[in-house]
Amino acid sequence: MTLAIELTGITKRFPGVVANDDINLAVAEGEIHAICGENGAGKSTLMKILYGMQPPDSGTIKIHGEAVELHSPAQAIDLGIGMVHQHFMLADQLTVLENVILGAEPMRSFGRIDFDAGREHLDEVGRAYGLDINADDLVETLEIGERQRVEIIKVLYRGAKILILDEPTAVLVPQEVDELFRNIRELKASGATILFIDHKLDEVLEIADTITVLRQGQTVGTVKPEDVTAHDLAEMMIGSELPVPDAGASTVTSEVALAVDGLRVIGEGDRAVVDDVSLSVHRGEIVGIAGVEGNGQAELVNAIIGLDDPDEGTITLLGREITRFSVRSRREMGLGYVPQDRHRDGLLLGFTLWENSALGHQTEGPYSRGPWLSRAGMRDRASRIKADFDVRTPNIEVSAHALSGGNQQKLILGREMVAGPAVLIANHPTRGIDVGAQAAVWDDIREARAQGLATLLVSADLEELIGLSDTIVVMLRGRLVASLDPNEITPRDLGAYMTGAALEAEAP
Amino acid sequence: MTARLTHRLMLSSAAPIAAVVIAVVLSSIVLLISGSNPLAAYADMVGHASKLETQVDILNRATPLYLSGVAAAIGFRMNLFNIGVEGQYLLAFIVSAHLGAQVELPAVLHIAFILVVAMAVGGAFSGAAGVLKVTRGVNEVISTIMLNAVVISGLSAWWIVEWQAGGEISATGGRVGTEPIADSGILPNINSWLELFTREIGLGKKLTGMLVIAVAVGIVYHVMLNRTVFGFDLRASGANPTASHVGGVSPKRMVVIAMALSGAVAGLVGMTELMNTGYYPSNPISLLGFTGIAVALLGRNNPAGVAVAALIFAFLDVSSGILQISGAASREIVEIMKGVIILTAVIAYEVVRRIREREEAAAAAAAMATSPAAAL
Repeated sequence: MTLAIELTGITKRFPGVVANDDINLAVAEGEIHAICGENGAGKSTLMKILYGMQPPDSGTIKIHGEAVELHSPAQAIDLGIGMVHQHFMLADQLTVLENVILGAEPMRSFGRIDFDAGREHLDEVGRAYGLDINADDLVETLEIGERQRVEIIKVLYRGAKILILDEPTAVLVPQEVDELFRNIRELKASGATILFIDHKLDEVLEIADTITVLRQGQTVGTVKPEDVTAHDLAEMMIGSELPVPDAGASTVTSEVALAVDGLRVIGEGDRAVVDDVSLSVHRGEIVGIAGVEGNGQAELVNAIIGLDDPDEGTITLLGREITRFSVRSRREMGLGYVPQDRHRDGLLLGFTLWENSALGHQTEGPYSRGPWLSRAGMRDRASRIKADFDVRTPNIEVSAHALSGGNQQKLILGREMVAGPAVLIANHPTRGIDVGAQAAVWDDIREARAQGLATLLVSADLEELIGLSDTIVVMLRGRLVASLDPNEITPRDLGAYMTGAALEAEAP
Repeated sequence: MTARLTHRLMLSSAAPIAAVVIAVVLSSIVLLISGSNPLAAYADMVGHASKLETQVDILNRATPLYLSGVAAAIGFRMNLFNIGVEGQYLLAFIVSAHLGAQVELPAVLHIAFILVVAMAVGGAFSGAAGVLKVTRGVNEVISTIMLNAVVISGLSAWWIVEWQAGGEISATGGRVGTEPIADSGILPNINSWLELFTREIGLGKKLTGMLVIAVAVGIVYHVMLNRTVFGFDLRASGANPTASHVGGVSPKRMVVIAMALSGAVAGLVGMTELMNTGYYPSNPISLLGFTGIAVALLGRNNPAGVAVAALIFAFLDVSSGILQISGAASREIVEIMKGVIILTAVIAYEVVRRIREREEAAAAAAAMATSPAAAL
């Protein structure tokens, strides 16, 4: 058996993290090879290395048995490697044909594009791989699944024999997933090699010939789907030796601070992305939401914060219904928020730290009095946040982009905490920050819990969820599918719930 | 601390100074190539500008440019490109000139009425583009360009005929324009204020009273932007709309308000001419709106910076006249200088911003390293 791809000892470091640590991967020609792993396990980095977008720090890459050094995607394309990105890169106003030939246009004399040759080649590719698409359709009229097919054809048109599909099912509804899988099998039958990145275990087991699991930048193992269950895969992905820190004595009271009742949010394609979700968070309680990303957590949080209006259901904060309240009035009532994406949702990067310390609370004292800002109040608060939350910075006059990720996160957490919130929504509060800052964030949340703070914690970090939460609910495909006691659950079982494996096992 | 402050001040003044120096050097090269003596040309420009009457001209020219620059700057602060200042001020000009001539009010009220009408018309017209943006997703650049056309070749062309003083436009007889406003509606000139410090202003030059209004607008803009919650919302929303939305600032609301405010200030641009002539002429001073965009760019959307930029542009505009008369150089050289100043300013500001960013990051990293807990 020849190997289409052979990666040996691939290591890639970024400042503060080792994204890939001595990874080995062997992909046979003509197989569907799935790469699984949690977020941050190093899948994307590995694919970027293979596609020439980033050079590895060490290790060798062999394509069809020949050692190569990849410096650019163009070079990877020349070697027959094509990548279908998770987010489509198509021009909506152009036709399928125009999109496919874009950047690889067949030319006639005087710089004219030879559309006939392009169409002919496109038809050939479509026939050869059993992909059905109308070359003259405008891309904006296509369904998501069809757009993805255009992306795949685009790659094949350039002569790719090895296809990398980056979480191709993330954007698809189940029927479209079936269609995609049919296409992938046809590609395989026509001799293509597929590298399939995913973390949905049922899908991986269905489509893959071989599965390689990554965890924390390392290869855990390579298995055949017929030899493993979803349980085994979950265990490989998450690891079973995770420590379970003591959550401390329960401080849960009987007073409900935040209640969500029958919440529904309809997303694109009339799909309910949050489907009949009800939950309540008491004062002094931390409720953890576990789930594989993209199962409705973000939409649920947006509805609670007030960024998006829910289509059905109610949200109650401290006994008052706030379903239609503005973000500002919710915040003034005592809703704190630590966003998942600091740079996009949490900070004004070009603004000073003291200005950032007011964001979201600028209408409240001591940041302002009536319509007037109080610079003294803002600076005072910023200094207090710097001291109390150990934000490492030369002074509070520097702009936010000068701080490291962990310090930015401590600033955001501090800003929300000093405002004395009644309810805190913490959305992946320790994502992408170093271990020291992570521990500090956990301590702060625990301390606030003891003071009666109600916290809704959304996280992909199972250790964090189990260690901090008083209750864990599992979100899957927009629904809350399980409510678990963190004292009794292992990361392995929790992982199984998150991927739906445990529910299938329970079903009769 | 003083050393750091001096350093900061040097950094922030480096960019505009570099821009002007480079512009002078490049313009000199152009002048030499075209066979003129740069030193003679500059001597003419400076000599002319040192006369009191010229200075009045410069201030009269700088006043509408400043208002136009502030109007554009308010939009820029919100990441909005209000390219429609041109149409907004012309529309506000003709409507307030017409309505101002129809009412009889005591002096102060009459002036206030005209200014309020101008601001309301400009604000509503510009606000419409904001509403289109947030409800229908129409890019404000497209909508304001089209609204400019609606005003310039549409409404004002129609209304100047409709509101023409004495009915029919006559090719021979006198003034072509709207009915003149009664004296009670005319903001008096402030020659006497300037004469307090200097000599009597000659050549019949009148320093516009709108200068006072422009200064007031600048102060209100500064205070609003830096000292109020609303100004914080505006700056935050312009810098990062998603983070501001999470922080309770509705981006849609801010877009509409910023467009309306920008248009309201734009409405005042034409008032300098109205308060001078008393009516809307068939050929009003135009292109002030587009120049305002350049003025805002050079002035970094900052109230004081925009004032300096407006003065520089006004100086260059007024100088072009003397160059033509003295024959030291072609008058078009001032257009080249304006262009070069803008380009070099944009580049210099960016360079300074990067230097500052790097210094801050280095300082923050140093703070991490010296902290005892950094070992974590």
